[in-house]
Amino acid sequence: MTTAAEKVGAGTATWVDDRLGSSNFVKRSLTKVFPDHWSFMLGEIALYSFIVLLLSGTYLTLFFEGSSREVIYNGAYLPLKGIPMSAAYESTLRISFEVRGGLIMRQIHHWAALLFMASIVVHLMRVFFTGAFRKPRELNWLIGVLLLITGLLEGFAGYSLPDDLLSGTGLRIAYSIMLSIPVLGTWVAFLLFGGEYPGGQIIERLYPVHILLIPGLILGLITFHMMLIWYQKHTQFAGPGRTEDNVVGSKIYPAYAAKAGGFFFLVFGVMAALGGLAQINPIWLYGPYDPSQVSAGSQPDWYIGFLDGSTRLMPNWELRALGHTFSPNVLVPTQVLPGVLFALLMFYPFIEAKLTGDKGYHNLLDRPRDKPVRTALGVMSITFYVVLLIAGGNDIIANIFHLSINEITYTLRTALFVLPPIAYVITKRFCLSLQRADDELIHHGIESGTIRRLPSGEFVEETVAVPAHYSVLMATSDERRAAIAHSEHEHAVAAALPTRPRGFFRPKGGVIVEQAPADKELEGTVD
Amino acid sequence: MRARLSSYAVVLLALVMVGGLYTAFAAPKPKADAGTTGDFAVSQGRQLYLQGCSTCHGLANQGGAGGPSLVGVGASAVVFQVSTGRMPLANGAAQAPRKKQKYDRDQIDQLAAYIQSIGGGPTVPSGSLSDGDLALGGDLFRTNCSSCHNFAGAGGALTRSKYAPALKKATAEEIYTAMQSGPENMPRFSDNTLSPDEKRAIVKYVRFITNENKDPGGAALGHYGPIPEGLVIFLVGIGALIVVTLWIGARA
Ligand code: HEC
Ligand code: HEC
Ligand code: HEM
Repeated sequence: MTTAAEKVGAGTATWVDDRLGSSNFVKRSLTKVFPDHWSFMLGEIALYSFIVLLLSGTYLTLFFEGSSREVIYNGAYLPLKGIPMSAAYESTLRISFEVRGGLIMRQIHHWAALLFMASIVVHLMRVFFTGAFRKPRELNWLIGVLLLITGLLEGFAGYSLPDDLLSGTGLRIAYSIMLSIPVLGTWVAFLLFGGEYPGGQIIERLYPVHILLIPGLILGLITFHMMLIWYQKHTQFAGPGRTEDNVVGSKIYPAYAAKAGGFFFLVFGVMAALGGLAQINPIWLYGPYDPSQVSAGSQPDWYIGFLDGSTRLMPNWELRALGHTFSPNVLVPTQVLPGVLFALLMFYPFIEAKLTGDKGYHNLLDRPRDKPVRTALGVMSITFYVVLLIAGGNDIIANIFHLSINEITYTLRTALFVLPPIAYVITKRFCLSLQRADDELIHHGIESGTIRRLPSGEFVEETVAVPAHYSVLMATSDERRAAIAHSEHEHAVAAALPTRPRGFFRPKGGVIVEQAPADKELEGTVD
Repeated sequence: MRARLSSYAVVLLALVMVGGLYTAFAAPKPKADAGTTGDFAVSQGRQLYLQGCSTCHGLANQGGAGGPSLVGVGASAVVFQVSTGRMPLANGAAQAPRKKQKYDRDQIDQLAAYIQSIGGGPTVPSGSLSDGDLALGGDLFRTNCSSCHNFAGAGGALTRSKYAPALKKATAEEIYTAMQSGPENMPRFSDNTLSPDEKRAIVKYVRFITNENKDPGGAALGHYGPIPEGLVIFLVGIGALIVVTLWIGARA
């Protein structure tokens, strides 16, 4: 007996088959395997917040007017009644106070933007510390960095659209940054702004850039990013049955799809909760942009904060020569510094390969402790970045903790150069001692807590062999592999895949080993 | 010493004259209140001054090691300083902090009347101080005040441990008198800079954003702008999601 539903299902399948030929592609795709590790879901957060950005942003375009035409406000928010403002600002007020669901959409959109950038950065750190950027995945690392940069620009464009006091303050800074470019500065700034600041054109220009140009670019980059993951397959940590040439994990369908689908709703839930409960960018309090006004505590969104910080830390040097003013006080922290930082970030995979001479393919991930220099470099860079980020909020810190803003600045100037090397040394030592602890575990086993007294009167502690799945994880060098192999628990190492209870996100059918010849797979020709 | 004596004499003379004038004009009025205006107030105020303020401001208001001369600062400066608890000053912080009031309302008025009597200066206007034009007040606030006090009156840091305080606790009268007297690093906004109507408008707006405004978007995050927003996205947003990924990962 087949039910009606089954008949319809089978019918549809045949219908699709008849038109799309054999269902090989679909079948192959659905049985593809994706490895399980919590840190592989960080990139997904970025993907899902981008989807939320597209959806909420589209809703906003229905009501937003990207125009700097001047209007007199006569809307629902009384404290601004009769105040002249741009149509862009007025329409953002209307979205906030009159459009149904407008405020929560604006807030979800802005929180999603912050989450998008935050998850990109956290995802990038995962890729960095596990060495997932190594050959053959350097290209995808490059795309990732491009996504970070385009996200930054997109966020800045969005932040500028509502044309409130904070937007305008940000744009004015962007304008002076452009002016500081030697020789070309004035020309570039006039070109982009359509004249002397504020130019009266910038909202009109940023709007299509924000809703079409950059989102399109990001969408393209994301697609390319995903395709490369598809063809190169996901990396995995070492583990029982996991090699450079296979992927152990759950099938895309149904296990992984169920998991990812559930996760999407959790990510969306966090954004919706923030959008509903926490106020973000209250533009009605900032007021419309007016060049004669500026508020205390004017800050960019967090992802631009490191540039604000570097500007605040930079001594105020200016040179006049040959009838030109050169402004290293603006140029260095806002252009030279990010230029160098992003270049280093982009080319890191190639730099590392060059320095280590490692030209091999890598599908198994590193544990951060096993690459002390890389890990230490990473922590060093994060320290540098965090000092800049803190400097961007020096006035808020001074205000909340009643400290002297001058002293905070002097302290952070020192910290910017002193803390990163310290972080490097500490991290490296920490990695080495973790390695040593691992070695000890491999050689001696886990202390069981049971003390036995030998007939001779000597006390010894009994040890237990390291569980198989853990010792395989530690088998990162030939030397260690040998030690493990020689340990008396040789059999445990080669033991079968772990069998653990399945949960909500992991329906039956769980662990699959996808075997593929390494060479073919890495050329991206096989699937 | 002679200079001191003569300054006493001048002040005494001025006091007598002002007092005399005051009685001449104020005599027909019935004395209804608890002695916060008029001669009585001035003499009560002088007593309070000699006990509580003269150590720093000088026995004859000439100023001294501890504080500036109060001649000409006007009643409004006294009302501001004493009702926000800044005066009498306690210790040498970078800036006089807002404290618990040390004098009651009548005493404040008496002190004010006394200081007013010795050199004139701005006085607190009568009538409601918070019936101004809200939107005008907002615009003026953003132009004149938000650069120090922040867009929502949440306060801001100035150089060297000085700060513009949050405005939530300030009463309408304190906001008005702060503008009139310009305490410490705050500029004075005379009636030529901001007319009384404009000051009232600002008072109305400050009270609105600090006390009446119900943030329609939810938790205000201190009204400090993008910095707390960034903290929230990492601590709450990314934090919660990493916990979720760990949970999902642990079940895999
Ligand atoms: C411990 C010393 C000290 C005492 C006591 C003191 N003051 Fe002051 N006062 C100062 C100093 C210092 C300043 C200037 C700095 C400031 O404005 O905070 C000042 C400023 C003032 C001002 C503002 C002057 C201006 O130019 O606006 C007024 C008004 C004032 N005091 C009134 C009083 C009154 C009234 C009392 C008594 C209840 C008092 N002070 C007690 C030290 C003192
Ligand atoms: C240059 C910075 C600056 C500007 C501009 C400024 N203030 Fe202030 N304001 C201060 C400082 C500093 C103090 C604290 C003075 C002290 O503690 O003696 C202060 C104190 C105050 C207080 C007392 C708060 C309290 O709780 O005791 C009020 C009210 C106030 N300001 C209102 C205003 C208003 C209204 C404006 C605009 C018309 C304004 N301020 C403009 C710096 C500023
Ligand atoms: C990577 C993707 C994106 C990022 C980082 C981003 C970021 C931002 C930010 C920070 C704002 C200011 C919001 C506010 O507080 O008011 C904004 C506004 C806006 N965004 Fe986006 N956005 C993205 C994608 C999109 C897309 C795809 C659309 C449309 C299809 C869109 C439409 C809008 C509109 C119309 C506004 C102005 C309306 C308003 O401010 O209320 N955005 N965006």
